Amino acid sequence: MNTSLNWIKTLVPGLAVTPGEYMDAMTLSGSKVEGYTRMDADLEKIVIGQITSITPHPDADKLVICQTDIGTETIQIVTGAKNVTEGCKVPVVLDGGKVAGSHDGSLTEGGIRIKKGRLRGVESNGMLCSIEELGSSRDMFPLAPEEGIYLLPDDAPVGGNVVEYLGLDDTIIEYEITSNRVDCFSVLGIAREAAATFGLDFVPPAVTETGNSENAGDYIRVTVKDSDLCPRYTARVVKNIRIAPSPEWMQRRLRAHGIRPINNIVDITNYVMEEYGQPMHAYDLETIEGREIVVRRATEGETFVTLDGNTRTLDDTVLMICDGRKPVGIAGIMGGENSMITDHVTTMLFEAACFDGTSIRLSAKKIGMRTDASSKFEKGLDPENTIAAINRACQLIEELGAGEVVGGTVDVYTGKKEEKRLPFEPEKYNRLLGTRIGADDMLSWFKRLELGYDEKTNEIHIPSWRQDLECDADLAEEVARFFGYDKIPDTLPHGEATTGKLSFKLRIEAVARDVAEFCGFSQAMVYSFESPKVFDRLRLPADSPLRRAVVISNPLGEDFSIMRTLPLDGMLTSLALNYSHRNKNVRLYELGNIYLPKETPVTELPEERMQFTLGMYGDGDFYTMKGVIEEFLEKAGLSGRLSYNPEAGKPFLHPGRQAEICYETKVIGYLGEIHPSVAADYGIRDRAYAAVLDMPEIVKNATFSHRYEGIARFPAATRDISMVVPKGILAGEIGHVFESRGGKLLEHYELFDIYEGEQIEEGYKSMAYSLSFRAKDRNLNDADITGAMEKIVKALEDMGIGLRK
Amino acid sequence: MREKLQKIREEAMRRIEESKDLNKLNEARVAILGKKGELTAVLKGMKDVSPEDRPLVGQLVNETRAGIERMLEETKAKLEAAELEVRLKREVIDVTLPAKRNLSGHRHPNTIALEEVERIFTGMGYEVVEGPEVEYDYYNFEALNIPRNHPARDEQDTFYINDKILLRTQTSPVQVREMEKGKLPIRIIAPGRVFRSDEVDATHSPSFHQIEGLVIDKNITFADLKGTLAEFARELFGTETKVKFRPHHFPFTEPSAEVDVTCFKCGGKGCRFCKGEGWIEILGCGMVHPRVLKMSGIDPEEYSGFAFGVGLERIALLKYEIDDMRLLYENDMRFLRQF
Repeated sequence: MNTSLNWIKTLVPGLAVTPGEYMDAMTLSGSKVEGYTRMDADLEKIVIGQITSITPHPDADKLVICQTDIGTETIQIVTGAKNVTEGCKVPVVLDGGKVAGSHDGSLTEGGIRIKKGRLRGVESNGMLCSIEELGSSRDMFPLAPEEGIYLLPDDAPVGGNVVEYLGLDDTIIEYEITSNRVDCFSVLGIAREAAATFGLDFVPPAVTETGNSENAGDYIRVTVKDSDLCPRYTARVVKNIRIAPSPEWMQRRLRAHGIRPINNIVDITNYVMEEYGQPMHAYDLETIEGREIVVRRATEGETFVTLDGNTRTLDDTVLMICDGRKPVGIAGIMGGENSMITDHVTTMLFEAACFDGTSIRLSAKKIGMRTDASSKFEKGLDPENTIAAINRACQLIEELGAGEVVGGTVDVYTGKKEEKRLPFEPEKYNRLLGTRIGADDMLSWFKRLELGYDEKTNEIHIPSWRQDLECDADLAEEVARFFGYDKIPDTLPHGEATTGKLSFKLRIEAVARDVAEFCGFSQAMVYSFESPKVFDRLRLPADSPLRRAVVISNPLGEDFSIMRTLPLDGMLTSLALNYSHRNKNVRLYELGNIYLPKETPVTELPEERMQFTLGMYGDGDFYTMKGVIEEFLEKAGLSGRLSYNPEAGKPFLHPGRQAEICYETKVIGYLGEIHPSVAADYGIRDRAYAAVLDMPEIVKNATFSHRYEGIARFPAATRDISMVVPKGILAGEIGHVFESRGGKLLEHYELFDIYEGEQIEEGYKSMAYSLSFRAKDRNLNDADITGAMEKIVKALEDMGIGLRK
Repeated sequence: MREKLQKIREEAMRRIEESKDLNKLNEARVAILGKKGELTAVLKGMKDVSPEDRPLVGQLVNETRAGIERMLEETKAKLEAAELEVRLKREVIDVTLPAKRNLSGHRHPNTIALEEVERIFTGMGYEVVEGPEVEYDYYNFEALNIPRNHPARDEQDTFYINDKILLRTQTSPVQVREMEKGKLPIRIIAPGRVFRSDEVDATHSPSFHQIEGLVIDKNITFADLKGTLAEFARELFGTETKVKFRPHHFPFTEPSAEVDVTCFKCGGKGCRFCKGEGWIEILGCGMVHPRVLKMSGIDPEEYSGFAFGVGLERIALLKYEIDDMRLLYENDMRFLRQF
């Protein structure tokens, strides 16, 4: 929403503020001003001149020398413009002055300084200006020539200020109006707020009675069939129309609002739309068959040619304005080609209606046509406003001599709402705000907003345009914004104390971050949605349950169309990006949800499972990654049995370098080297590794409790054991033997050598472990250990493992 | 005997003095005091000394021995000090050579900012809670006083799963879920991921984060909201920070406000960073709408409360002067390494 500051000042006569002061005060009272533009910001020293003589330039065919009377003197200006003649009046920028842009229409920030000089040897003391150089356009000044100097009317005062003369001495204020304040999408609404903000009187235009002795009802009959979508339809008739340009003052205001002046009738319609916020439509009454207007829903598949010449296909949710035989407009969106006003119109039907905002919004969306009118209607307008607006328009028609207004109004008003009243409860407002504002102050602000107070009932009468005021809290806000949010004290809540804390889950996630970062991994963040193509890229089989995803019905594109069911794509994409930037030794981690639908199609919320994903390439290998996982599990207090199952079955991982991570009996994640062809698909031409931990399983088993077990007082006895192991036997299996056969005294075992190659038979590997035994209460002797060692050796031999002596 | 001891002593002193290093000194000690040393020989000869002379001779021998030992100790200390001196000189290193670092990883700027916010609010007694990212329309809109066909639903450009389920467009649904639990008073913040149908560019992302705050108790006032957020802003952006509350509109709060803080680059004078305004908008807030309280089963006559929502990325971009939001989701190490 934009308004001209000059326009506001005519409605709030006492308003004498700079644009900056206006902006600050309006923003603090709730009409946020985004910014303002002074139309003359880059225009300086531009006066009305009259060309008294034109002589050719001695050295340039395309230039002429103009002697120009600027009131105080006559100065010589050289111009290349073709459209100047002796006697014409023109804008002249004097030596040292400024214009806003070039004649090609491009604007220069800060303007262009004009200095006197010589053009091809002939002195020139300024410049004649085109409308573009004045910072405007032919759109706004339709009389401006396509090329050349803007010619001013004959009655323009020589020596006068061009900026003032053309109404460019105005400031355009740009507001961000919130959706609840429909009334502020109008100059009058803003002016009312401005008056209340500055404590001044608001003087709306005095709308007078209009019309001849005839009755509009004799010209037109209106039937509203779908009154739910059209609470009010108001119509008046104007005959003997005389199409002409609208007066300069009206054009000026329209221009300031960025609206192109066209002719008196169109301009009046636009003017009243700006002023009252009420869109209106004019029909050529001659084209209205049966002298009848019917407001009804369109039929399914009905087509209609709007006045922009496009054919629109409609359905029964769209409201139509029809005459006795055919549709003549899409309600609140756009009129029809068949009934539009032309320059030959003699009698017209003026429509000011109120349509259901939601219906207009949905229809405009459906038809794909959001117009100035529809964007106003969709906010849900005040039906009381139609009559005021249409009468204002008719008043302007009479004032401008644009036609003869027919007496009477056809007004179908089925949706009239009762006046709303709210109890006046100053203590309640103060209690909510934490203030001690006097009731009298409150009432004085309410009065400026035209909220009436009935002393007898102690009620506030809510005007029809303030549908947003519904309860105490709403009135408290009115009080607060005119008292000043800045004057409300700053306090802290008191009352029952509460414990500040993180949930347990969040604390475990913090541990994950700490450990990952300690291990050199940096935190990545990736999107939750991705492309269904990811499943193929990760080689998931066609029947993989992970392919069942939550699907977004209106995604930004296929690449963002499903909620991820596994977190690898984001990680691999991030690694690949780093790889393509030649970043070395990249380690990333990510904490984010996957979304597992409970059923497809989705009928209830999917399960959101937090995943701790690690990825890396460069330094490090599978065991580095495994180390990070164990580091984390230890810090998260998972001290139970951890095992790795190579049969993880992950198609996106190297078949020989992957493992499921099991804690006690539960699978809590997996890790492995990325399958070389998957890595290549992502553009990573290096060995890359990933690990994924399912955080809910970890949180379930995590703990922050610790128990001191004492420091061993008796020495450990160690035994080294060296063996030749068939290649297929995993270290984990050997470990399992130690754990199950080592007995209570086995404290710890450690692999200290592994070797394949020379001296070892093909198909075998050499492995050496150090086992340490300890008792809490005594020194161990050989006999204590021998039994355990024998059991271990026996079990190993049963697996085909040979001891090396 | 006296002369003999005197001679031994002098000889010993000479040898000790001549010892240029600890090895030599040790050799000297062995030669004098060792089993075959001269002084030891004298001691061994004590049995031949007449009993009446023994005390005197013994005393002389002991004195000689003590003197030599003292000399040995002193010389040893001197030699050790000299040797240490030499060693320290030899061991000079170039302290400007590169450090050997553990090369720990870097936390995402969003998380750094979030932890700041969490620290401030947990310090004020707030609990950090979470809610689902895929959410029911009811919690995201309806229960927040945004009925079907409300224009706010368009503004938020919602991603829908179906007509009942969507990707939450705000963290505000967590408010409702928390209120529905019926445990009062409430003091929570709820950080999390939210989604809006915006194309990716330097200032937009279809997925970003918000931090919701909610306080419900008896006698909570707008002044409490102001005081709380002013405290928050000063903690987050510095004690000099000033806070400005502007009236605004949100369907689920009334009165509502948007909050600006003085630009922490220029202190409010106006600079390129704040586009010359001196103020930077950081959050939206307000008193919980009585209708929202009622829908969540809380009596608005007895309880009141305030709520606020902060854009996490907005804080991170501002605080760390990141000029392109896309950097937050690309995970380029050249970017992450700077945090």
